Amino acid sequence: MASLNVKEYKTIDSVAGPLLFVKQTHPVGYGELVRITLSDKTTRLGQVLDTSNDLVVVQSFEGTRGIDKKASVRFLGDVIRLKVSEDMLGRTFNGRGEPIDGGPAVIPDAELDINGATINPYARGPPADFIQTGISTIDAMNTLVRGQKLPIFSNSGLPHNDIALQIARQAKVRGQGEKFAVIFAAMGITYEEAQKFQREFEETGALERVVVFLNLADDPAVERLITPRMALTAAEYFAYQKNMHVLVILTDMTNYCDSLREIGSARSEVPGRRGYPGYMYTDLATIYERAGMIKGRKGSVTQIPILTMVGDDITHPIPDLTGYITEGQIVLSRELHQKGIYPPVDVLPSLSRLMNQGIGKEKTREDHKQVSDQCYAGYAEGRDLRGLVAIVGEESLSNRDRNLLTFAAAFENLFVRQGSHEDRDIETTLNISWNLLSKIPESELTRIEPEIKKKYYKKEKQ
Amino acid sequence: MVKKGTVYRVSGPVVMVDGLDAKMYDVVRVGSENLVGEVIRIDPDKITVQVYEDTSGLTPGEPVENTGNPLSVELGPGLLMGIYDGIQRPLNELMKKTGDFITRGATANALDRSKKWAFTPRVKKGDTVGPGTVLGTVQETETIEHKILVPPKVSGKIKDIKKGSFTIEEPIGSLADGTPLRLIHIWPIRQPRPVTKKLTPELPLVTGQRILDALFPLAKGGTAGIPGPFGSGKTVTQQQLAKWSDTQVVVYIGCGERGNEMADVLKEFPELIDPKTNKPLMERTILIANTSNMPVAAREASIYTGITIAEYYRDMGYDVSLMADSTSRWAEAMREISSRLEEMPGEEGYPAYLSTRLSEFYERAGRVQPLGKDDIGSISIIGAVSPPGGDFSEPVTQSTLRVVKTFWALDAKLAQRRHFPAINWLTSYSLYQKTLGPWYAEHVASDWNEVMAKARTILQEEERLQEIVQLVGSDALPDPQRLTLEIARMLREFFLQQSAFHEIDAYSDLKKSYRLVKAILSFEERAKDALKNGAPINDILEMEAKNNIANAKFTKDDEKLLAETEKEIQKELMSLVKAATV
Repeated sequence: MASLNVKEYKTIDSVAGPLLFVKQTHPVGYGELVRITLSDKTTRLGQVLDTSNDLVVVQSFEGTRGIDKKASVRFLGDVIRLKVSEDMLGRTFNGRGEPIDGGPAVIPDAELDINGATINPYARGPPADFIQTGISTIDAMNTLVRGQKLPIFSNSGLPHNDIALQIARQAKVRGQGEKFAVIFAAMGITYEEAQKFQREFEETGALERVVVFLNLADDPAVERLITPRMALTAAEYFAYQKNMHVLVILTDMTNYCDSLREIGSARSEVPGRRGYPGYMYTDLATIYERAGMIKGRKGSVTQIPILTMVGDDITHPIPDLTGYITEGQIVLSRELHQKGIYPPVDVLPSLSRLMNQGIGKEKTREDHKQVSDQCYAGYAEGRDLRGLVAIVGEESLSNRDRNLLTFAAAFENLFVRQGSHEDRDIETTLNISWNLLSKIPESELTRIEPEIKKKYYKKEKQ
Repeated sequence: MVKKGTVYRVSGPVVMVDGLDAKMYDVVRVGSENLVGEVIRIDPDKITVQVYEDTSGLTPGEPVENTGNPLSVELGPGLLMGIYDGIQRPLNELMKKTGDFITRGATANALDRSKKWAFTPRVKKGDTVGPGTVLGTVQETETIEHKILVPPKVSGKIKDIKKGSFTIEEPIGSLADGTPLRLIHIWPIRQPRPVTKKLTPELPLVTGQRILDALFPLAKGGTAGIPGPFGSGKTVTQQQLAKWSDTQVVVYIGCGERGNEMADVLKEFPELIDPKTNKPLMERTILIANTSNMPVAAREASIYTGITIAEYYRDMGYDVSLMADSTSRWAEAMREISSRLEEMPGEEGYPAYLSTRLSEFYERAGRVQPLGKDDIGSISIIGAVSPPGGDFSEPVTQSTLRVVKTFWALDAKLAQRRHFPAINWLTSYSLYQKTLGPWYAEHVASDWNEVMAKARTILQEEERLQEIVQLVGSDALPDPQRLTLEIARMLREFFLQQSAFHEIDAYSDLKKSYRLVKAILSFEERAKDALKNGAPINDILEMEAKNNIANAKFTKDDEKLLAETEKEIQKELMSLVKAATV
């Protein structure tokens, strides 16, 4: 892989979609970085997808527009790397990791393979530090912990970006003043959305602990395949080499997956569900699994990927495969949004798998788990009853049912609803739940142990 | 035979090789970094290899060497408490060698070569031994005595055998024909280990999970499938079973799942105490962790690695349970490799041999008489399935259903209302119910089967009544049916729901499960009588005493609490009847 004898090849055999097929090369390594020089001397970057003695398949990250058979191809003998240094904080890069904020080039501390390496499961530390986001539906019902990957399942027109920003702004580990460093990777979002994030970071003075990677809607689609990997490489650098706690926001993963599909179809692979490649699960895992903590190291990587569910369909391959890899999901609901409730988090399909590790007596409060279960049960039943009321009217309900109906409404209005700058600590959040639960007769709270009810139920009633 | 060839083409984990002679499933070393691979196709001039490590940087022309051996596991003392990747590399040893991240080409022996084990022979000079004969024992952990077996296909007369401390490679003796005997032996993972005969599973696998033990029991040596959409609690259920099942050895395969989950298991299992032996659960556990971001070919192998280790302990006469989480990820690994081979796809892109592979795997479960012994061993397989979009009609779920005898259907709706375990009591089934019935009647309570049948009927009745309620409201139902609805609710909330995270509720023994159902059903009897005698239904439904049954789940002395509750219920009901008759 010596870079001195790098040859230029003018042997492009065919071009299809974002792919170039190159013949008669020297032996080229799988995954190698490629520089393509067009006839007008502009250059583009690419990567080897398939290699053999006869034919090499190259994907061009900046598309193939303007590439003809006369373009020359140079194999650089190395994989794609990101130049990292602490000076990256406060800077903005494009989707390929080049600075676009007019500032100087980053003087690298290291150049890291953007594919990273698998953390040995044995070396992982179990995530268990409660992150207080100040959002009740997350803190009490779907608790986020340090090192977790918790996506937001959203849809067009819903305020997922506001929620992501609110989390980035408010997230803290209790008892530790330390702020999170935020790595923000945009894939195929609009200029306007990107501006909003930028402005927000500037206004709150957060910019100095934020690194932004921007691939906008009009940037090359294939570049989106490396943008999240760039971001995570930077995140791992800050977490594991600089001992920082890093929060990574990836938006929008749906655009990423669509680019993956584009490559798959250009290679005429056998498609899986809805045309997405059969290896999408494995590919997404190589992104999402780069969250976590390592025993004996201080830093951590927490991920909040955002994705839009095509047609509000949670069984669509993108949310489906994501849900199988991530440790839960926060699902936004159009219905709540239309009722004017912010944040429109539908707690019923939402879930945090690591919640139980992060809550309880010494971490949040002893009643947390049971209060959350009781609210879930009550709200689920209350929502079901709404359907019934529509048919038979409220009069024919039993007392118990009427209580639950009232509970469900109050839950949405007082617990779910909060301001976009309202930072509720966990005690406030739990106390709100008790205010609501105390309207239900004590004996019907079967998810809560007697001692806990004794301590909190009556007290909150006054 | 040409043992060396060169790389011709690299496409992800699939590598084509020029000029190499190989048998199917031979292990090869690929490239200058010696990546581990396995031969999966032989063409006239090329060999196709699946590589168990990341192939970035691998270049045509690099050397490939054939080891001539199939992919195998090392079997011997030291397996328990181990954590391995899909091709049995010990992750703790890898960490010592390559640090916190796994680098390519790393190797480590599955079993510690330097540790000495105290071996006590059970045979003596001159004894004739055959496959499966116990040569002697080694105390592997405090709970498990490891029996050193004569490997399958080996037999003869003992020439000498020694008591003492040995490493796994040192000879502990030899046979008359000179064959050395050692603590370790090697077995290819894709080949089931032979047994004398298979027996019918007729003992229950007690799990401490009420809904499973009472309504949908699994037999020791049986097979169960747990399909469910994401977030419905597959992994928690699997882990509960790994923790509380009454088997001596547990093999837990994290196949293509989350790294953080494995970290959690690694933290939790050593802290948890086995209720039967009072020793840490880890002492009877072997973990195979091939997380979703580890190479896909090793994920395909992980299932076979796990089941082969399970068979080894079964051959010692132990009851083994094997959890595979998740078989869908395994199937997807097959699909990915198959598509790279450009094979003609079957349903939804899965290879046509998907269901053959799945049934071959489940068929390695069973209650058996191992070679060379009268003891009985068993493997129970519990496979999680992750159907895309929660749709049970997809190929992996359907192929699994055709082979497994117990079906625990997880339900997203139940999970959403935090009804855990979210096992749907209407769609789940167990074909072992009949064979296991007599055991329960004899060992738990003589009327166990009738009581559970009654509970099942009430739950089914509820489903029918709910449809009516959806149309007309519960007020319009006759009183006895409103009572049935309430009893069903009590069964769901006080009996079926079980918290995996509550110290006491996490494990419920069979007698306690029985007492809870019995308490609910005896309330039904009394309430029915009270209703007949004029007590108003609304008052009965709003009685507070009955909700105390729920608290029995969380107490150690549930017997006392239930007895008190019963008295209270009786008192309240009597006063209701009295008030009505006045």
